[in-house]
Amino acid sequence: MRHILSVLVENEPGVLSRVSGLFSGRGFNIETLNVAPTLEEGVSIMTIITTGDEQIVEQIIKQLRKLVTVIKVVDLTEVKNVEREMLLIKVSAEDAKRAEILRIVDVFRCKVVDVGFDELTIEITGTQDKLQALLNLMQRFGIKEIARTGAVAMRRSMQ
Amino acid sequence: MELTGAQILLESLGREGVDVFFGFPGGAVIDIYHQIPNYPNLKHVLVRHEQGAIHMADGYARATGKVGVCLVTSGPGATNTVTGIATAYMDSIPVVIITGQVPTPLIGNDAFQEVDIVGITRPCTKHNYLVKDITKLAKTIKEAFFLARSGRPGPVLIDLPKDLQQKTCFYSYPKKIAMRSYNPHYDPNVKQVRKVAELLCRAKQPVIYAGGGVVGSGASDELTSLAQTYNVPVTATLMGLGCFPGDHPLWLGMLGMHGTYAANHSMAGADLILAVGARFDDRVTGKLSEFATKATMVHIDIDPTSIQKNVRVDVPIVAGCHEFLVALNAQLPEVAKAAAEKDEFVPKDKWLAQIAEWKSKHPLRYKPAVPGGFIKPQSVVEIIDKLTRGDCIIATEVGQNQMWAAQFFNYRKPRTLLTSGGLGTMGYGFPAAIGAQAAYPDKLVIDVAGDGSIQMCIQELATAVCYNLPVKIVILNNGYLGMVRQWQELFYEKNYCSTCLDVAPDFVKLAEAYGAAGFRVTDAKDLEATLKMAFQTPKPCIVDVVVDPEENVYPMVPAGKSITEMILV
Repeated sequence: MRHILSVLVENEPGVLSRVSGLFSGRGFNIETLNVAPTLEEGVSIMTIITTGDEQIVEQIIKQLRKLVTVIKVVDLTEVKNVEREMLLIKVSAEDAKRAEILRIVDVFRCKVVDVGFDELTIEITGTQDKLQALLNLMQRFGIKEIARTGAVAMRRSMQ
Repeated sequence: MELTGAQILLESLGREGVDVFFGFPGGAVIDIYHQIPNYPNLKHVLVRHEQGAIHMADGYARATGKVGVCLVTSGPGATNTVTGIATAYMDSIPVVIITGQVPTPLIGNDAFQEVDIVGITRPCTKHNYLVKDITKLAKTIKEAFFLARSGRPGPVLIDLPKDLQQKTCFYSYPKKIAMRSYNPHYDPNVKQVRKVAELLCRAKQPVIYAGGGVVGSGASDELTSLAQTYNVPVTATLMGLGCFPGDHPLWLGMLGMHGTYAANHSMAGADLILAVGARFDDRVTGKLSEFATKATMVHIDIDPTSIQKNVRVDVPIVAGCHEFLVALNAQLPEVAKAAAEKDEFVPKDKWLAQIAEWKSKHPLRYKPAVPGGFIKPQSVVEIIDKLTRGDCIIATEVGQNQMWAAQFFNYRKPRTLLTSGGLGTMGYGFPAAIGAQAAYPDKLVIDVAGDGSIQMCIQELATAVCYNLPVKIVILNNGYLGMVRQWQELFYEKNYCSTCLDVAPDFVKLAEAYGAAGFRVTDAKDLEATLKMAFQTPKPCIVDVVVDPEENVYPMVPAGKSITEMILV
């Protein structure tokens, strides 16, 4: 099963390597991993999407907690949460295709952030399903390049 | 007080109660070595190879319960300790490793003798540090010792660049330590303890399965009192040997791949298993799906990751073994009384009778030597037991020698067996014995070795001789890498590829070349007298005992089989 883990860590050199080394060394999966500073100085937050059966995910969480630089681990899958990921997608857009692409951009409520003679760069934010849906639709126009942030997530206020 | 980094390090080691440490100098630690003569209370033992230093620190820690310390230089000095660090990590041994590092401005430049030792040891230390700010050095050392000895103990490495050893700053050693991300949980949940007490009173066939955590947390007395008062038989892992007296009627012997018949069958037949400070290693459980299927499983461990890792657990308890056993012993009388009043307290007589039958039918045994034939390696260990009556520290190498030392010596007290259980490091025993001897100069310390393993750290004979640490090495010399040969015999069509050590040194001459004493025994009738003589010789000794070359370790559970599918003698 897919789990979203929110991991609060001391922001010091090597912390990312400790976490990623734990996953690789013990054969756990990382689907996406995102790291950024928090409001508190010296503390970063990692959002990790991982998959595994209950026993494995329990091990992952315990092993993360065991790392001396990890302050807190929350499994957001266990609560109502809001999850978002951003994707940049560069799609070929010769004149004949351009109108159709822009219509899709409109439907998805995403936006064009860069324009070239025969290509467009689109920014979309949403759940991974939504991102995947756009990718599927853009396929036929010719996707030249993508970059994505990996998911970030938070617990919803109303549980 | 304004001190250099080198002085801060040595001063802090003193404050942490370090009396002896083990090391080897090099360019990146000369500044520290330059200061050592100014700290006469810190005895430094100069080794001959850095692997020796880390194993000695480990042996010192296992024998004393204190934190062992080793000091090595950057690059190869540091990488030479990696095997020993992993050894300590697997067995949860508190060690602090200080490595020199190239000066800060050179880090990352592929400088001479530079290696990213913090990166290399990340997966085999409990935690590690690269110190880049002299003002944080004292706090880092304090944290390192705190981490090494608290919770589930383990090795902690501090990488200290050369320029920081020279820089100065105001020194004050922190009295307390607070780490928001590290708070080991020692006290057990009271309700869970009560549950265990109730289960124990009502169990028909309980077994205590004890591991290294009992030794590490100093809970042997509590465990022994629990077992004795409520008639619960005890088995232990290799790491747990000594936590319960090996000559006690409730003692089942070690369990697992080379465990006793009684221990393995007790685990299989138990309706309640109290796993205390053990981690259900594959060498213990055998085939997991057939392991202890009838038992209610109670697991006590200070490390939450150990619980539910391999085996389903019915009553998980995250706690220190000592704290748990104290709490259980405190609750039991009342719970037992209440159970007895309801006529629910089950006496364990039947179960103990069953176990007694297993023990008498299938004791540990071996085919005795034929007259004039080879000495049996097991008999060597038995004679050591007889001569010392358990009053010594045994270190082992790895392989057959290790298993025979585990099986045929009755460990009566904790911290009397030093052995690399988790990692299985050949070459561990001798330096570990030196470390223990450095802690207890007057105790008899014996390394039970094989002719293969002993050659992996043999250079430390010079260290033992130099500091007059009179360790006794007893080599069970069978001319083979015996355990691998045993597997080749049993499971690989006797294809003895690369396990025959036909070229070996003359160990007697070798001992003498180093300035130690050497003895050789080939005839069983000389064995006891020679061992006795060696044990009384006040300097390091090698006793080279030529034993049956193709003797095997039995019982044996083939890898991947259920632990009751045992090959017996």
